[in-house]
Amino acid sequence: MTTPNSASDPLVIAGRTFTSRLILGTGKYPSHELMQAAHRAAATEMVTVAVRRVDITRRSASLLDFVDTSSITLLPNTAGCYTAADAVRTAHLGREAGLSNWVKLEVIGDEATLFPDTAALIEATRELVKDGFIVLPYTNDDPIVCRKLEDAGAVAVMPAGAPIGSGLGIQNLTNLRIIREQSGVPVIVDAGVGTASDAAIAMEVGADAVLLNTAVAGARDPVAMAAAMMHAVIAGRLAYRAGRIPRRLYATASSPIDGLVGG
Amino acid sequence: MTIRLNGDPYELTAPLTVSALLTALAVDARRVAVELNLVVLKRAAFDTTMIHAGDTMEIVNFVGGGAPDATRG
Repeated sequence: MTTPNSASDPLVIAGRTFTSRLILGTGKYPSHELMQAAHRAAATEMVTVAVRRVDITRRSASLLDFVDTSSITLLPNTAGCYTAADAVRTAHLGREAGLSNWVKLEVIGDEATLFPDTAALIEATRELVKDGFIVLPYTNDDPIVCRKLEDAGAVAVMPAGAPIGSGLGIQNLTNLRIIREQSGVPVIVDAGVGTASDAAIAMEVGADAVLLNTAVAGARDPVAMAAAMMHAVIAGRLAYRAGRIPRRLYATASSPIDGLVGG
Repeated sequence: MTIRLNGDPYELTAPLTVSALLTALAVDARRVAVELNLVVLKRAAFDTTMIHAGDTMEIVNFVGGGAPDATRG
């Protein structure tokens, strides 16, 4: 059997091949141990991490003790940055901390919605690409912005399905389909997924991968939800490749008409 | 002498290297990035880069994060 989670249908980002199409976060988990168990249950190959000041007043367990970096790629993010300059600075720090030039670029424009400042995002993308970074920008679901990010050198575009942590699901499937049609780089739905069906729907309309954090970390049973998300992403990808039937208003019988008893 | 370390004043008895300060702070140099006066240092430079009075230093590492959060960095 061919499954999208096999080598037959890999996700390729900037020349790097992934068999998993589910990217997870490392925030908001009740414990590092639960996070690690969830990552394993999801069979994820990439997780996002934030860059923050070291607490020099007390010792705490390092996040990296709970991420198997032999099978999981670290994707430092620039969460919490509200200007292009702050995001670029944070990206440079993340590169030194992780010795990798991959960055999940976020330039937030508004505290209540956490929507991106797309003008600053494009500017920061251009600058980081020039500095040799592999840039994956978190953006809104605007096809024009996604095109400009690709033009600026982004190796993927990561449109939000809905506001961060909202769990509302994919709010604008039409835009997502247009972005998928027009993009020459992978489209990764980032944010808004609330439960497994949301992830499946994103994949069904053609997303190349899904990035989520809160839906797993905040679930009553994060490990079970991680497994559910893995299955949902696989199912959605298979359905996308299989090709759905057209929608019809009226029934079309599945059973033959001929040979009916009493006919 | 006083430096500014992660946003707060920090007292040092004498100039020292970045590596020496990290050791004194019990911070694993392999898991952090250091910015000195707004310049990100290469890890290989930790042993030879001196910290002087008035310097501004940031020591950062990776923490849990996912989709963006509202926390300002």
